[in-house]
Amino acid sequence: MNIDLQARQIKPLRQTFNRVAAYTGDKPASRYLEATLGVQPTANFHYRPTWEPEFEVYDTRRTAVKMADWYALRDPRQYYYATWTMARARQQESMEASYQFVESRGLIGKMSDAVRANACEMLMPLRHVAWGANMNNCTVCARGYGTAFTAPAMLHAMDQLGVAQHLTRLGLALDEPGVLEAGRNDWLQNPHWQPLRELVENTLVIQDPFEVFVAQNLALDGLLYPLIYGQYVDEHLAIQGGTAVAMLTAFMPEWHDESARWIDAVVKVAAAESGDNRGLISNWYATHVARAQAALVPVAKLALGDAGAEALCAVRETLDARARKAGLTL
Amino acid sequence: MDTRVTKKKLGLKERYAAMTRGLAWDTTYQPMDKVFPFDRYEGIKIHDWEKWEDPFRLTMDAYWKYQGEKERKLYAVIEAFAQNNGQLGVADARYINALKIFIQAVTPLEYMAHRGFAHVGRHFTGAGARVAAQMQSVDELRHFQTETHAISHYNKYFNGMHNASHWYDRVWYLAVPKSFFEDAMSGGPFEFLTAVSFSFEYVLTNLLFVPFMSGAAHNGDMSTVTFGFSAQSDESRHMTLGIECIKFMLEQDPANVPIVQRWIDKWFWRGYRLLTIVAMMQDYMLPKRVMSWKEAWEMYAEENGGALFKDLARYGIRLPKGWEIACEGKDHISHQAWNAFYNFAAAAPFHTWVPTDEELNWLSEKYPDSFDQYYRPRLEFYRERQQAGHRYYSKTLPMLCTTCQIPMFFTEPGDPTKICYRETTHGGDKYHFCSDGCKHIFEQEPEKYVQSWLPVHQIYQGHCFKPGVDPTQPGFDPLAAVLDWYDLNVGRDNFDFEGSEDQRNFATWRGDAPQAGSAKKGGAA
Repeated sequence: MNIDLQARQIKPLRQTFNRVAAYTGDKPASRYLEATLGVQPTANFHYRPTWEPEFEVYDTRRTAVKMADWYALRDPRQYYYATWTMARARQQESMEASYQFVESRGLIGKMSDAVRANACEMLMPLRHVAWGANMNNCTVCARGYGTAFTAPAMLHAMDQLGVAQHLTRLGLALDEPGVLEAGRNDWLQNPHWQPLRELVENTLVIQDPFEVFVAQNLALDGLLYPLIYGQYVDEHLAIQGGTAVAMLTAFMPEWHDESARWIDAVVKVAAAESGDNRGLISNWYATHVARAQAALVPVAKLALGDAGAEALCAVRETLDARARKAGLTL
Repeated sequence: MDTRVTKKKLGLKERYAAMTRGLAWDTTYQPMDKVFPFDRYEGIKIHDWEKWEDPFRLTMDAYWKYQGEKERKLYAVIEAFAQNNGQLGVADARYINALKIFIQAVTPLEYMAHRGFAHVGRHFTGAGARVAAQMQSVDELRHFQTETHAISHYNKYFNGMHNASHWYDRVWYLAVPKSFFEDAMSGGPFEFLTAVSFSFEYVLTNLLFVPFMSGAAHNGDMSTVTFGFSAQSDESRHMTLGIECIKFMLEQDPANVPIVQRWIDKWFWRGYRLLTIVAMMQDYMLPKRVMSWKEAWEMYAEENGGALFKDLARYGIRLPKGWEIACEGKDHISHQAWNAFYNFAAAAPFHTWVPTDEELNWLSEKYPDSFDQYYRPRLEFYRERQQAGHRYYSKTLPMLCTTCQIPMFFTEPGDPTKICYRETTHGGDKYHFCSDGCKHIFEQEPEKYVQSWLPVHQIYQGHCFKPGVDPTQPGFDPLAAVLDWYDLNVGRDNFDFEGSEDQRNFATWRGDAPQAGSAKKGGAA
């Protein structure tokens, strides 16, 4: 079949789906918007979940945050599956290049045993912290309301699994496989890690998906990533000849900065919705950031020695500024 | 540092375990029962989650790499399709109606699966099962989005797609897929996996996937067929998760066997009923036929499914209840469903027609035991009436089956001339069913199914009119009021294909000669 397309103007009947046009008017819509807006079913549910009969399958009442429209919580990265997975694939390529570089130059062999051991001691227990974050973001996706909020949470959960796997690969590159077991034992028993493990386990039983979001993504990770990948890996380790570790964990700080844009945007819009939301989210932040900071005190000390306390205060200050910028009252 | 030269390396299996279940720990500051509260109440006994065999080994780095590459290729095709007005290449504009059913009834299920797998991906106590479920959760999000993007271009040029999400929550026939998936999601995590991963993905998925995707290929729809190919490797992962979950439950404790069998019985029948819509699409809505529903059933259900259940017999699992009745139904259900939609074409957002003579002949040939005897005369009668200017659209409301929510049009086993009615009483109320299968499912869990949002009941109770509508007004037209509440464009989204805007536009865009229309003997009526 041969169709002379140049000669025939075909006028579309409409530009996009009604669920998108309800927000944008009938004009060509981005793939992000068509993948996101108005997607989740909202009405006429058939059966209450047998596991939680007090709620509908999708229910705004699972969180205390109230939104007139949950699709106001947009992701500034405009991620949908394709753009997310292609972005991560590119980052993965550069991680592979780093591994090649480190291996071809024998950079791990050039680290002192003490630095290598220290890096493993610090970073291997964090595999489990990332795993907790994976579970919590699954919770946000499963229990949250509205695709704009829940879809990026599932992508974030998979990113956290990716972080845990990056750390695992790093451990296997730095040392014998037993290093993973040692990190796990520290996580389970070493007194330095117990406050953090207790904090993580406590977040696993929070029911409100928005509170989980704040406790995990803003409060805990907001302190942990700058402390570990900024202060410890990029500053402390690098000075002692541990540049290879910085190269092999480069994904983490880069990803943290990128996803912080999403986290801050969600907090900002939800807090701006009403005084009640602002109060609620500000309280959650205050509570969870204080707990996270306390739990990280021994971790910071382990990482940075006496300089740990000060470094932790510095990242807390920066995070408070971030929270204020997102509209929270501290 | 020569110590590292001899460094021990993990095998593939051990390495994957370190990357997944090795990340998990048993919590002690919070009780495990509180962290994982949902995976014991169904009665499935798991003694050792370590025995869970990972159905596939895909770490996130490899996942991103493969999936990113697939997405890059898929979107290049979708883009080119839109730029080149690929919609003009389809065999016949009637085909577009198969896509309408797809985006109305199937695409929303991908989204439901995404959320459902996020839930079980959080709540299985076993970390290996959690990771597999989470990967499926993002895969299903992918499928929702890629289907949406593949169909987005069609939506610009054809009716019946623009409001699919709104309709999914409201239109009577869409309560069939919606209730199916909410039934699965409202069950516990093990039932969810049995329903979706095993019964649907493993046993029945080929019956959904092959008709739609081969249908797209045969009818010149490059956008949808590319999506289909791209989703295939995801689907095979999902199938392995389904079979692993079943085997794991069966191997963990003999007490699990009767529970699993009950779920297989239930979800086979629920899935089979849901596929009625696919059967109809396959036999009636593809201008270029791929294979008949009956042939697909014989190949994918009777042969493949039969072999599967033979394999499961060693665990004490038998063929699902209703299997023989489902096999008998292969001669009938597509015809009975098309008949119902033809009659209710005013109330559904896609077009219907009577097949051409050539198509009727194809159906006669494919269904030698049923079509000429029971269904062809009826269709020819409809055509005769339509051509005489008496196209009849039913404006009454059909009785629905409480379980599957399909109108009561299925016939008695052994007698295709008699509608099958079943009923039961619960809590002083009478409930109606299309079959023994659906009645049995209700009786197992009446407290669940009495909650069903049955569209016809809801209309009669006055819940499906816009605010301010007064049904007591003289001359009140309930169907018009319901369609208004559906937000359906009457005259554009519904009624026959013949005379539709889709038909006119497609002919104009292609520069086809004006059709003789309904006067054309033997043409699509």
